[in-house]
Amino acid sequence: MTQALALPTRKDEDFRYADLAALAPLWPVAVETIAVAAGERGSLALVLDGSEPVAREIAITLGDGASFDLRVLNAPAAYGRVAVRVELGAGAEFTLGAAQLAGGDQTVEIVTDVLHAHPDAISRQVVRSVAGGSATANYLGKVRVAKGADGTDGEQSVRAMLLDRTATANARPELEIFADDVKCAHGCAVGELDANSLFYMAQRGLPPELAKRLMLQAFVAEAFTGAADEEALQAAAKAALERLL
Amino acid sequence: MLTITDLHATVADKPILKGLSLTINAGEVHAIMGPNGAGKSTLGYTLGGRPGYEVTGGSVEFLGQDLLELEPHERAAAGLFLGFQYPVEIPGVSFVQFLRESLNAQRKSRGEEPLSGGDFLKLARQQAALLKLDMDMLKRPVNVGFSGGEKKRAEMVQMGILDPKLAILDETDSGLDIDALRIVGDGINAVMRKPDKAVLLITHYQRLLDYVKPDFVHVLAGGRIVRTGGPELALELEERGYEAVAA
Repeated sequence: MTQALALPTRKDEDFRYADLAALAPLWPVAVETIAVAAGERGSLALVLDGSEPVAREIAITLGDGASFDLRVLNAPAAYGRVAVRVELGAGAEFTLGAAQLAGGDQTVEIVTDVLHAHPDAISRQVVRSVAGGSATANYLGKVRVAKGADGTDGEQSVRAMLLDRTATANARPELEIFADDVKCAHGCAVGELDANSLFYMAQRGLPPELAKRLMLQAFVAEAFTGAADEEALQAAAKAALERLL
Repeated sequence: MLTITDLHATVADKPILKGLSLTINAGEVHAIMGPNGAGKSTLGYTLGGRPGYEVTGGSVEFLGQDLLELEPHERAAAGLFLGFQYPVEIPGVSFVQFLRESLNAQRKSRGEEPLSGGDFLKLARQQAALLKLDMDMLKRPVNVGFSGGEKKRAEMVQMGILDPKLAILDETDSGLDIDALRIVGDGINAVMRKPDKAVLLITHYQRLLDYVKPDFVHVLAGGRIVRTGGPELALELEERGYEAVAA
């Protein structure tokens, strides 16, 4: 996989909402490649919670029947971008669980391109974003199903929570399907914390800031359910949330 | 304990409560009955402090405090419990965590020590047993996947754990089968039938009142209380209907 040396512009779909000024000093981003042989399993947990801007490009190739579990906590104190390209072999399985947290005027984003090149592969993406202040959280996710990749099962569950009216979430799940027998689902929602739930919790005695914290913890936790190192990820996510609140 | 005087309230600028007055003393059980749209649930939500329920006139005094000045969580800490007609599901937050945090927040605002994890679980187990609710259900996310009847029983377990002074129970009897109705009725009596506590039951039907005997029955119509009587008023309502009795 090669990457152009010139910095992308907003005309490049995958960089449409990117913070190009923050990206410039990081460009070009070296592509990290991961190959999982047929029948093998792999996993990776990325915890981005430092103070510097960060951009990662990951290309994953899964052999027939291979599986890979990727978890991402995208919560640096500056620009954070994780782009993932996946190519699935026959019967392979890819899981992405990602949580993004952003405050101030920072931008965080997850960009995925999942190619179901062969039959019977499964891909599941769960992305949960929380944006406060005037921050921006993006998800640009493409699922492509090649001709002949029948029996594909692709799922994108994307939700974003805005803590302030000045925050922004962009979600663009995209499907490109060239096979007939395919199951692809995507759900996408951008919203605020549910007022009914907040009143219910207040009525039991929880002060608003505590109720909000409990709900956000639960919301973010959905990205890491079932991860091999779930406990560590949940703890890191909690700490990142605390910094945001 | 609770003195409501000439309460007016609007929802989305529409007047719903139009001069409601009601006094509830410690040790009493009151029932408010009335037709759909009379303002029964609005009364509960207004007393609970739900956003969107705007008080436009009148006053409410609760245990010597101006209730309307308090935030919803402060009303809870002051001892007011609102049992919801439709309890809310909160994915990802377990009952145990939710109730322990709630109880300890209440205790903190009253200047009391927090309850330890062990003591809390003991209390939760006791109250769950009283309502015949499996303790394992309290380890699940709040109300998620609960049947209508289980949600109502869980409301009563919460009431038992939080131990309020005044419980306003909004159609706690709806969605309950006969056995569950008796269990819930017994639960209300066990937790709230005490000299220093009071209950306001909001209901459509007489049947809950067979288990929780009210001292007073009020008929709410058109945003005000139009008639007050003893338990016999509920029977009369059941027999003759709201229209005849409220007229």
